[in-house]
Amino acid sequence: MTAELEALREQAEAELGKVGTEEELLTIRTRYLGRKGLLTGLLRNIAAVSPEARPRFGKECNELKEILTARIDAVLDGMASARKAATLLDARIDVTLPGRGVRRGRVHPVIQVREEICRIFASLGFSVVEGPEVELDYYNFEALNIPKDHPARDMQDTFYVEDSIVLRTHTSPVQVRIMEKTRPPVRILSPGRVYRRDSDVSHTPMFHQIEGLLVDKGVTFGDLKGVLTAFLKQVFGEGTALRFRPSFFPFTEPSAEVDIRCVICSGQGCRVCKQSGWLEILGSGMVDPEVFKNVGYDPEEVSGFAFGLGLERIAMLKFGISDIRLFFENDLRFLEQF
Amino acid sequence: MLVSLKWLKDYVDVDASAAEVAERLTMAGLEVDSLHETGPAFSGVRVARILSLKPHPNADKLVLCEVTAGDACLPIVCGARNIAVGDLVPLAQVGATLPGGLTIRSSRIRGEASEGMLCSAEELGIGDDASGIMILPPALPVGGELRDVLALGDTVLEIGVTPNRADCLSIVGVAREWAAITGARLRYPPVDVVETGEDIQTVTSVSILDADLCPRYTARVIRNVRIGPSPFWLRQRLEAVGMRPINNIVDVTNYVMMELGQPLHAFDFRFLEQGKIVVRRSREGERFVSLDGKERTLRGDTLMICDGVKPVAIGGVMGGFNSEVKEDTDTILLESAYFNPTSIRRTARELAMGTDAAFRFERGVDPGGVIRALDRAARLMAELSGGRVCKGVIDQHPRRIPTAERIPLRVARTRDILGVAPPEAEILRILTGLEMVVQPAGEGRYAVTPPTCRVDITREIDLIEEVARLYGYDRVPVTVPAVAGVAGVGAAKRMVEDRIREVMTGAGYTEVINYSFVSPAAVDQLGLGEGDERRSLVAIRNPLSEEQAVLRTTMIHSLLLNARRNADCGRFDVKIFEIGKTFIRCGEGVQPAEQNRLACLITGLRYEDRWHSQELRADFFDLKGCIENVLDTLRIPTPAYRSGISEVILHPGKSCGVFTGERMAGYIGEIHPDLQARLDLPGPVIVCELDIDLLAAQFSTAAAFRPVPRYPASSRDAAFLIRREHEAGELVLLAEQSLEELLERVQIFDVYEGKNIPAGMKSLGMRFSYRSADRTLTDEEVTAVHTRVVQRIVQATGASIR
Repeated sequence: MTAELEALREQAEAELGKVGTEEELLTIRTRYLGRKGLLTGLLRNIAAVSPEARPRFGKECNELKEILTARIDAVLDGMASARKAATLLDARIDVTLPGRGVRRGRVHPVIQVREEICRIFASLGFSVVEGPEVELDYYNFEALNIPKDHPARDMQDTFYVEDSIVLRTHTSPVQVRIMEKTRPPVRILSPGRVYRRDSDVSHTPMFHQIEGLLVDKGVTFGDLKGVLTAFLKQVFGEGTALRFRPSFFPFTEPSAEVDIRCVICSGQGCRVCKQSGWLEILGSGMVDPEVFKNVGYDPEEVSGFAFGLGLERIAMLKFGISDIRLFFENDLRFLEQF
Repeated sequence: MLVSLKWLKDYVDVDASAAEVAERLTMAGLEVDSLHETGPAFSGVRVARILSLKPHPNADKLVLCEVTAGDACLPIVCGARNIAVGDLVPLAQVGATLPGGLTIRSSRIRGEASEGMLCSAEELGIGDDASGIMILPPALPVGGELRDVLALGDTVLEIGVTPNRADCLSIVGVAREWAAITGARLRYPPVDVVETGEDIQTVTSVSILDADLCPRYTARVIRNVRIGPSPFWLRQRLEAVGMRPINNIVDVTNYVMMELGQPLHAFDFRFLEQGKIVVRRSREGERFVSLDGKERTLRGDTLMICDGVKPVAIGGVMGGFNSEVKEDTDTILLESAYFNPTSIRRTARELAMGTDAAFRFERGVDPGGVIRALDRAARLMAELSGGRVCKGVIDQHPRRIPTAERIPLRVARTRDILGVAPPEAEILRILTGLEMVVQPAGEGRYAVTPPTCRVDITREIDLIEEVARLYGYDRVPVTVPAVAGVAGVGAAKRMVEDRIREVMTGAGYTEVINYSFVSPAAVDQLGLGEGDERRSLVAIRNPLSEEQAVLRTTMIHSLLLNARRNADCGRFDVKIFEIGKTFIRCGEGVQPAEQNRLACLITGLRYEDRWHSQELRADFFDLKGCIENVLDTLRIPTPAYRSGISEVILHPGKSCGVFTGERMAGYIGEIHPDLQARLDLPGPVIVCELDIDLLAAQFSTAAAFRPVPRYPASSRDAAFLIRREHEAGELVLLAEQSLEELLERVQIFDVYEGKNIPAGMKSLGMRFSYRSADRTLTDEEVTAVHTRVVQRIVQATGASIR
């Protein structure tokens, strides 16, 4: 490029570098590229250039024109986008205001726990079934090997509607109803409300249980341990220690209470676990042959296990709630925490 | 059941800490609920040696001693005469506290310094002797804490004995269990009796008239007893297990009951008319004053222990006031019997007398232990009261009490149930450790006879459980059941509930759970009419309170109370729902009809954060919109919302029935202003109650596909000026019923009353969309069909077009 053109370019670049407004820019464009502009002026004087240098000079002039045009357009574009951006920013909203629409409601914590447990057992092939809450004495007690005037009835203080009709004290009658009308194998889960005549910080006259039953050929106590271990580790974490401890339920034998390592004190002993380091979490056992006979199953042919657990208790442990009555006071300040 | 560890050690060696005992009993099925350390009620008492003794210069009855408890030499002023230099005695040092709360201070007694107090056994609360200072065995370390060197501490275990384990309702029973767990040997307490004087047969007789309720009754007679307090050790043991000492005779009956599990009763023989015992049922309405001084009216089949004339005890439950042991009692008739468990349970419940005796009888005492307990108690009574036991025992045993014998046990069956087979030798060790007699009965088979105290063991499965619990549940390997996996299926109802929960919470409603029982006054508060089905209440016979005396027939009342409760706490914007059951009584002896229902409630503001709009109160349409979404989600075909239902709890002008097909599934509406006032609710409340069972019956998961239209729709608007009582739904229906194929959709876009509209009229703006599936409609086509549709509406309703 000739020194002349080079000088013109440097001059133009310097001016473009300092440009502030769009108006100034347009002035610069006119000054260099306009009909009477400096570059145009040079081209117009092409006649003064020697004939052999003329093509090169013309080419270089055009190149410079393209360079300057592109530079100016770029600066123009930049200015336009900046202007647009300013306009958009000008329309800005206060994004910290709360979003519009209704706040979601909450599923009751006990139901949340119920759903979690049902999901886990669904993956183990258990179907959910339900039964009546106002139950015949036969299904609530007698078919479950709890005869009238038997001390085992003391284990559950019962609400009576009539001599033969009670508010069910557990979800276990559902096992009997299902086995009566199904042939094995049976894999059911039955959640629902149950009723016991009891009321204090850790008892409400109504609460929720889930009953599980698995009956087939060759089901063992080892299977009971396997299924319940898998279940409790899913609910309380893989590292949860648990123990199976002999107990008594009239409708299972052998019977086992299942304890988990206290989630509050990790086994050190605290008020919640009554210093034992363990929390009773569910009752279980091998279905008693008497129950099988009552529903027409042959205890020599099939075996099975049943278990039952209180949902409020699990919810209390999971959420750290100390008073069971909160679940039924329906105070939104409580329910909206879950 | 409370068990003193010290007492337990009388019958079995316990080589473990209290915590270990608790742990091992618990893991064998005797759940230890708690451990209590107990000890004498003193502190700061140490073993001291008497160094010197000299008379008190200013008092004849006092002595000055110098004692040491290992360190300094302390001056003590003492009033006792039984001490000598070199004796070891209990010293309550300055700062010590004694039973009753006495704190020892340094003092001057008649001018002489006294830095503590020497104590008698009685003053320390560890014995009866108040005659002088307690002289301690010479081998004790001087300076040692008395509590430790005399091992005065004890641990009391609280065991939650399950109803099947009657055999563990005694210290010996728990000892037997401990022996089975550890292999230690069980030592029974001595029961041999020295008999003197006349034969019991010449003194008294027993006749059992109702052998079904009393298969066995045994008795002894003890003469020349002197009634007084029991010795300290006995009183202490009774107190340790939660019983109140009374006198040396009654205490022995309680002691032996706690020791062996057999309840006993002692009669004052002089009050037994004709000097005999007759066991019979009571007469209906017979009255009787029990030991506690209360008069009881008996039912006809209560088992009574009588003398020749009158009842003297409620058999197995409580003795009578009329034959109680008194201070001047001389001759005791001691009873040890086996009563029918069911009969005792019934009596105890009817009379609300859950005594320790009844508790044991109803669970089943050891039929083979009746005489042992009788002899044990007679022996102790003679020993403690100076009495003499008459020769012989009366043992009326009219009925055999069945006990299990030779129960078959298969090793293979044990394995099938447990999933693991303990070695046969271990099975045998476990069962014999439980005092069972095990006889071989073929390959892998045994015949097992449990001890008579194990009334809970009658079947093979009972034996398998014994094996399992003593083998250790933790030793049974974890397995996964080999059952073909079946996909879990939820009933339609559950899917319906899940979806309702999703829609409702998404719309801002929070789930509540109310008790199924309510006050019987709820139906009155709601203002339900006489014939209303919801007055068919299921009453609970034994409710906890009047507020919970009947089962609810509607869920609305509970939700209204929830709204009020939240308002009382300052929360006026409430959106809640509940999924639960209602119960309609169907008559005597029949279970009620249980209906699954959804109930919803909204009151207060529509939006919580409302910077974007003015305060909007929630109204009927908020809840209706939500229910429309619920029914849409459930794909209920053609739901309809109809006014004019007669629901007394709702505002007649702001309520509707929700219909699926021709059946009413429930209602939506603002509650009646009168009801709102009755329940003192702060603002209008909109509620809804739906029958979930009805919805579940029509619920469908499958959506029906229709092709997406390929040609554009044309829409035309029309504003109808119409009398107010006409409903939008009526006009929409008229349009739909025109059966115009091209009419695709009708929408209401405006409802207006007020300015420019005559009184009693309203303007309804409606948009009609027309479309054909196979072509673009021409303007003329659309105009023609639109005119017909509008005409139809105008003709049917008398509307005019604005």
